[in-house]
Amino acid sequence: MKNIIKITTPLDIKEIVNLKAGNFVNITGNIYAARDAAHKRFFELIEKGKRLPIDLKGQIIFYAGPTPTKPGHSCGSVGPTTSYRMDPYTPELLERGLKGMIGKGLRSQEVIDSMKKNKALYFAAVGGAAALIARSVKRSEVIAYEDLGAEAVFRFYVEDFPAIVVVDSAGKNLYETEPPKYKK
Amino acid sequence: MVVSRTPVREALRELAAEGFVKMHEIKASQIIDKVKKLFLKSNYHINQDLIKLLQQAQKKETSPIGKSVLQMIISNNKISSKEEVPICQDTGLAVVFVEVGQEVHLVDGDFTEAINQGVKEAYEEGYLRKSVVDDPVFERKNTKTNTPAIIYTDIVPGDKIKFLVMPKGFGSENMSAIAMLKPADGEKVIVDFVVETVKKAGPNPCPPTIIGVGIGGTIDKAMVIAKKAIVRKINQPNKNPKFAALEKEILTKINNLGIGPAGLGGNITSLAVHIDYLPTHIAGLPVAVNVCCHAARHAEGIL
Repeated sequence: MKNIIKITTPLDIKEIVNLKAGNFVNITGNIYAARDAAHKRFFELIEKGKRLPIDLKGQIIFYAGPTPTKPGHSCGSVGPTTSYRMDPYTPELLERGLKGMIGKGLRSQEVIDSMKKNKALYFAAVGGAAALIARSVKRSEVIAYEDLGAEAVFRFYVEDFPAIVVVDSAGKNLYETEPPKYKK
Repeated sequence: MVVSRTPVREALRELAAEGFVKMHEIKASQIIDKVKKLFLKSNYHINQDLIKLLQQAQKKETSPIGKSVLQMIISNNKISSKEEVPICQDTGLAVVFVEVGQEVHLVDGDFTEAINQGVKEAYEEGYLRKSVVDDPVFERKNTKTNTPAIIYTDIVPGDKIKFLVMPKGFGSENMSAIAMLKPADGEKVIVDFVVETVKKAGPNPCPPTIIGVGIGGTIDKAMVIAKKAIVRKINQPNKNPKFAALEKEILTKINNLGIGPAGLGGNITSLAVHIDYLPTHIAGLPVAVNVCCHAARHAEGIL
């Protein structure tokens, strides 16, 4: 296992610029789970000039929709969903202060350009490691759009949430730099 | 197969009792229970052969990041199994392959409803995520039961019902593809198409993946056999040596792409390639690629 860097939310700018693609991190603090349907609603609010249900400044959005919580657990299984579906919405959220995203898979060039401009980080969590990841979620509550079920906005208090920086604030992208090393 | 009117049922029973017809009565409630149990099992417990394959992959992987990713996947499977919690938060669209023996006589209910009821109970009582929306374009309203299931039924000889359930996640389903190739394209173009599909998918379908390939039949049937091929017994190559060689060639080429576990670089991009094939039309060569994540969740049961 590689060295793990501990970080806390909300993220501060010094912390952000120091983190590099390839760093393994453990995240502690509040993070917000929101996926397709919640992003769509965020945009409907933005178009109407209304406030979003969360203040995005310095925050991390986790692209995820958990399973229902089993009694005796603090959260259901929860791992990343594929991020590209949120790409059309992301630059606008970065402009509004969002500093981190946890998901899996490729992002559009527009997202990466906006991350460089706004100094933000894209983390990968391991897809399909949802039972393991759920252990780091100590508290879970729905804070908006309860009617969306698993697609509601959740606030998770996490301790040592395992993730990997895949795109850093300089735009270095692990998905581009690592695979060629193993190509035959 | 489904006889619900009482007089007919009674007549059949009498005939069966006198040995004129063979018949195995199965109650709808048995189907509900079986389907429920299989969906719970497949969402909590990964197949043992696959665990072994993941452990071998973890040893073989040369990328340090890839090794760590595989270790997390292995740990995850241990936790989900021990605590009986879902392996993945995407507990999938409920796919059910059913082989119904032609001597089965279903009583006290409707076949399709029973399967859907089993799915509903599993997803409600087993703390599984409900991920089905009704109208796919406009409202996209969650049905809140994870139904309807996708059901494929074959009528076969015998007096049993065999179920194969597959909760299919959409991170990988979205990366699947189909091509209607020309007969003249042959082997090389098939290999290129499958490898290109995996390449384009990159990190999205949760590699290391299992790739189901369906060749022949019609455009629709090719994808159905590709889907079923995903959960074929691991390390059991196609019985036809030519197709077995094709599986091997595709797997090698995929793993030479360098995508690696979670798409973060490495030698293990896919764990297995399973091809199934069917006779097809003189003018066609359908090739379907159904991509599946590293969990390849499924469970089988017989009534």
